[in-house]
Amino acid sequence: MYVAAKGGEKAIENAHRLLAHERRGDPSVPELSLDQIKGQLRLAVDRVMCEGSLYDRELAALAIKQACGDLIEAIFLLRAFRATLPRFGASEPLDTGEMAVRRRISAAFKDLPGGQVLGPTFDYTHRLLDPTLQGAGASEPGCAEPIGAMPRVIDILAAEGLIEPSPRARPDDRVGDLTQDPLGFPADRDLRLQNLARGDEGFLLALGYSTQRGYGRTHPFAGEIRLGEVEVEFVPQELGFCIPLGEITVTECQMINQFRGSATEPPRFTRGYGLAFGHSERKSMAMALVDRALRARELGEEVKAPAQDEEFVLSHTDNVQATGFVEHLKLPHHVDFQAELGLLRRLRSEFEQERAGASSLQEAAE
Amino acid sequence: MTDTLQEEPLLIAEGLSKSYGRQLGCRDVSFELYEGEAMAVVGESGSGKTTLLNLLSTQIAPTAGRVLYRMRDGVTRDLAALGEAECRLLARTDWGFVHQDPAMGLRMGVSAGANVGERLMAVGWRHYGRIRGSATNWLHRVEIDPARIDDMPVTYSGGMRQRLQVARNLVTQPRLMLMDEPTGGLDVSVQARLLDLLRGLTADLELSVVLVTHDLAVARLLSHRIMVMRDGEVIEAGLTDQVLDDPQEPYTQLLVASILPP
Amino acid sequence: MNAPVYNFAYLDEQTKRMIRRAILKAVAIPGYQVPFASREMPMPYGWGTGGVQVTASILGPDDVLKVIDQGSDDTTNAVSIRNFFIKTAGVRTTTSTGDATVIQTRHRIPEAALGEHQILVFQVPIPEPLRFLEPRETETRRMHALADYGLMHVKLYEDIARHGHIATTYAYPVKVDGRYVMDPSPTPKFDNPKMSNCAALQLFGAGREKRVYAIPPHTGVESLDFEDHPFERYRLDGTCAFCGANDSFLDEVITDDRGGRMFVCSDTDYCETRRSQSGAAETRAGASVPR
Repeated sequence: MYVAAKGGEKAIENAHRLLAHERRGDPSVPELSLDQIKGQLRLAVDRVMCEGSLYDRELAALAIKQACGDLIEAIFLLRAFRATLPRFGASEPLDTGEMAVRRRISAAFKDLPGGQVLGPTFDYTHRLLDPTLQGAGASEPGCAEPIGAMPRVIDILAAEGLIEPSPRARPDDRVGDLTQDPLGFPADRDLRLQNLARGDEGFLLALGYSTQRGYGRTHPFAGEIRLGEVEVEFVPQELGFCIPLGEITVTECQMINQFRGSATEPPRFTRGYGLAFGHSERKSMAMALVDRALRARELGEEVKAPAQDEEFVLSHTDNVQATGFVEHLKLPHHVDFQAELGLLRRLRSEFEQERAGASSLQEAAE
Repeated sequence: MTDTLQEEPLLIAEGLSKSYGRQLGCRDVSFELYEGEAMAVVGESGSGKTTLLNLLSTQIAPTAGRVLYRMRDGVTRDLAALGEAECRLLARTDWGFVHQDPAMGLRMGVSAGANVGERLMAVGWRHYGRIRGSATNWLHRVEIDPARIDDMPVTYSGGMRQRLQVARNLVTQPRLMLMDEPTGGLDVSVQARLLDLLRGLTADLELSVVLVTHDLAVARLLSHRIMVMRDGEVIEAGLTDQVLDDPQEPYTQLLVASILPP
Repeated sequence: MNAPVYNFAYLDEQTKRMIRRAILKAVAIPGYQVPFASREMPMPYGWGTGGVQVTASILGPDDVLKVIDQGSDDTTNAVSIRNFFIKTAGVRTTTSTGDATVIQTRHRIPEAALGEHQILVFQVPIPEPLRFLEPRETETRRMHALADYGLMHVKLYEDIARHGHIATTYAYPVKVDGRYVMDPSPTPKFDNPKMSNCAALQLFGAGREKRVYAIPPHTGVESLDFEDHPFERYRLDGTCAFCGANDSFLDEVITDDRGGRMFVCSDTDYCETRRSQSGAAETRAGASVPR
């Protein structure tokens, strides 16, 4: 005999306990510490900070632990926490020209002032699984001192007028903020860049890849990619002058793209820009490729490819929104399904009736 | 034709000019078009004829000059002074625009019936049977088998799609039709059939037409008057037969001479 | 690390103010989608964050809250959201429609008529009724501004041409106060007539899409249709196996793997109220075979 299902509350409670149990895993195995995650899974922490839109290595590590390694779940935790934090203002723009550089490369020039500094990179490793890492690996000697500030390649090009200037905002222009105002179209570049910076690395990677394969080609060269620490500065109203708040690690990518001129301007290279928290080259490069593609409209290029379609790109970069909506299909939908079943059954019976009617006509005719 | 001379013109262009930076679209184009008149605008590509059509349909705004239109209530208005809502309503009811590529002027993802019925639904028709009836009627008039009313335009041939586009435009009984190379890209025999249809319809419905074409034969068949454009300017205008039989300007003479004899 | 201190009903006052302003604008323009800066909430987008933000903005300490999903108070997500408000607002909660002052709902409108002292908050996934016909936001905004709704009727026409019926069974588009076309959220079309001239305020929150809209009390709401194909209020032909109701929306429950099924009221409070009123405590199995 059927009894109406009750006890949803109890089921949820038990599910949470089971989750906590599985999170811990085998109790005889040492529990993960946040220091271990921060120190030895630093690139995961970097990604979670970037897409979580909050620079805090400790919290990002906690989120990764709580999410059992599901990075998008961790990003969601960080975002939700961010939403509760009070905002006391906006920092001064980061001066990446003053970065304490640990890695800096340029594909556009063989050599340049400051040199090509490889830094810590996977780029030239051979992707062979290293069994020595199964146990405690041998620890390498400490890293070299950061190189310090070095001039930007793009600035050298700009001095000769070979690349378009970076558009300067008017001093009283308010920088758009997606976390305060809803996104509208057409969107200005400041909002687009903010959207991309918080956007899913995989989605941006695919879009950037598509531009290289011909879907909105922009002839990119990696003008400069740099990694290092920059100072965050803030002007409190009470003091009226700039004070440093601390340092963060960022990765910056400047792409040099297809040149163009106009009736009144000589041809120049165009720019694409990417910036990410931590050491995130893939993200900053993909972001720069997509940034340039989205500038198609303002540069008078024909908008044909998905990566150039502002509404399409900007509406789907946010993986927290995306996963929410995709996964919401797991929620009960039986009422709507019931409604669809009803219509379907009706249409099917009409179909049968029609067919029966047609065949009886045929029989009568025979 | 003498009756129309006593009425006000339906469409007036006054010193219409459009430039894109240093690039000239068209310069100083003026004309008056009366009800029931068909005017062809001919020239080679780059002559400015398409720019002119886009100015007349308010798809682009002029750099100088204006377009005046006599509304259904008899008042002649400057189109630049109309709000977006009014313009959109005009485009949906009183005007028709036939694109060279029918896919630009149709919804390829909905049935022929929905394509023809859309304008009616946009102006408030709410009876499915009557909408369908009107769509059937118009399919018939453009010589499309009404049994194909539920088919998608993708299943139609090029000529049929073009005729469907015409039906979609005519269903609200517009007074002005703008056509951009309506027979372009069609087979010669298919063209002939479409031209015949257009000639019959424009006469029956007393439509005013501005027809852009590079094909002088089409101009001769469909229009009473002709304007010849070159490099953005009107170099000759007049009655179609007169201009084509006895062109005054050297450029027009060249155009006429280059028509291959049938 | 700083332990977060949460405001009443989770949202900070500034956010509440922003959302309330959006709500006021929505009430002033019935059926019009007002953009708002949706916050990240502790539950995922798609799981009711819009509804939760609206409820959090209007909730006061004296309110009595009811939360339902698919008509029932006991479905998992309804339980989860109710617990969220118990934790962050400490308000009284109830399963009784009549006792609630704020009702947050997903995909159903309660069967019992609502009163002037009540607010119904809908969870909305896709607020734009034209979205599946026209994916571009820039274009749909213009269509609403110019009351250019021909495309909506084209869709209905196509349904009739293809199926003989309008094929929309839920999220059935409506026209509010004779002006804006609105998506009522994925409620079954059975519920559409309840929105018209309702004594309660109806608020609609879409968190992921960042829109809020409203139907003020006593506002006319018509479902779109054709004169010769009028709106049909579809209901499965049957009675509830528990309470015998023949006028409520029914859930189909599969009872065995040989096609056995029974039908019960989707609105659990309506069903329980009827049962307690009639004194019937047992189920009457087999009493609800649909014709």
